[in-house]
Amino acid sequence: MKVNIRYFALFREQTGCSSEVVEWSGGTAAELFQAMAEKHAGLKAEAAALVAVNDEMASWESALNDGDEVLFFPPVAGG
Amino acid sequence: MKFAVSDRPIDVEAAKQTVADQSCGALVVFEGWIRNHNEGQEVERLEYEVYRPVAVKEGAKIIAEAVERFAVSNAICIHREGLLELGEVAVLVCVSSPHRGEAFDACRYIIDQAKTRLPIWKKEHYVSGVSEWVNCEHCAAAGHSHGATPHD
Repeated sequence: MKVNIRYFALFREQTGCSSEVVEWSGGTAAELFQAMAEKHAGLKAEAAALVAVNDEMASWESALNDGDEVLFFPPVAGG
Repeated sequence: MKFAVSDRPIDVEAAKQTVADQSCGALVVFEGWIRNHNEGQEVERLEYEVYRPVAVKEGAKIIAEAVERFAVSNAICIHREGLLELGEVAVLVCVSSPHRGEAFDACRYIIDQAKTRLPIWKKEHYVSGVSEWVNCEHCAAAGHSHGATPHD
């Protein structure tokens, strides 16, 4: 399947890109992150990171579908 | 009842007027300011990155939750994005209700949830010339996470 990944803030700096389309065998959002951490040496998992799918907040355990847009949010710090 | 993101200075007086209500005897306002230090570093200015599509949706949910949970009459929250100077208002919460107790509680709930749930990131630019993304203070302080993590 193909998914479009977007990286924000710290994750964008760690990967050196703000988005990419990847061909992938499928699985959960956590597994996709793991695969991307193997591809981008600088990308580091963060305990408080959040994930959204198609502009809705999601769980790291959500199964992804072909064509999904997956947003990787590093730990947030509003206010 | 709304949440907004602004790339211009927040007009606090105008925002207060949006929750004005003659059935309310209390208005609680929280202003988050840009301060000149963090964790021993002198801060020169601050930059907020906001992913608006999700921030606006989640922000509206937080406000609706506060209104339902504390039965307040009106609530609004505005968050800045972009480059901010010391002393500027980074975030504003206004809550009005018939009595003060629930207005204080709802205001606290909104700012606490906004800090941990909204896709907003803060980069501090220090006087030393270094700049750095700031970690969520709740997580750093309490050592808790908001759900499953990519590595567990």
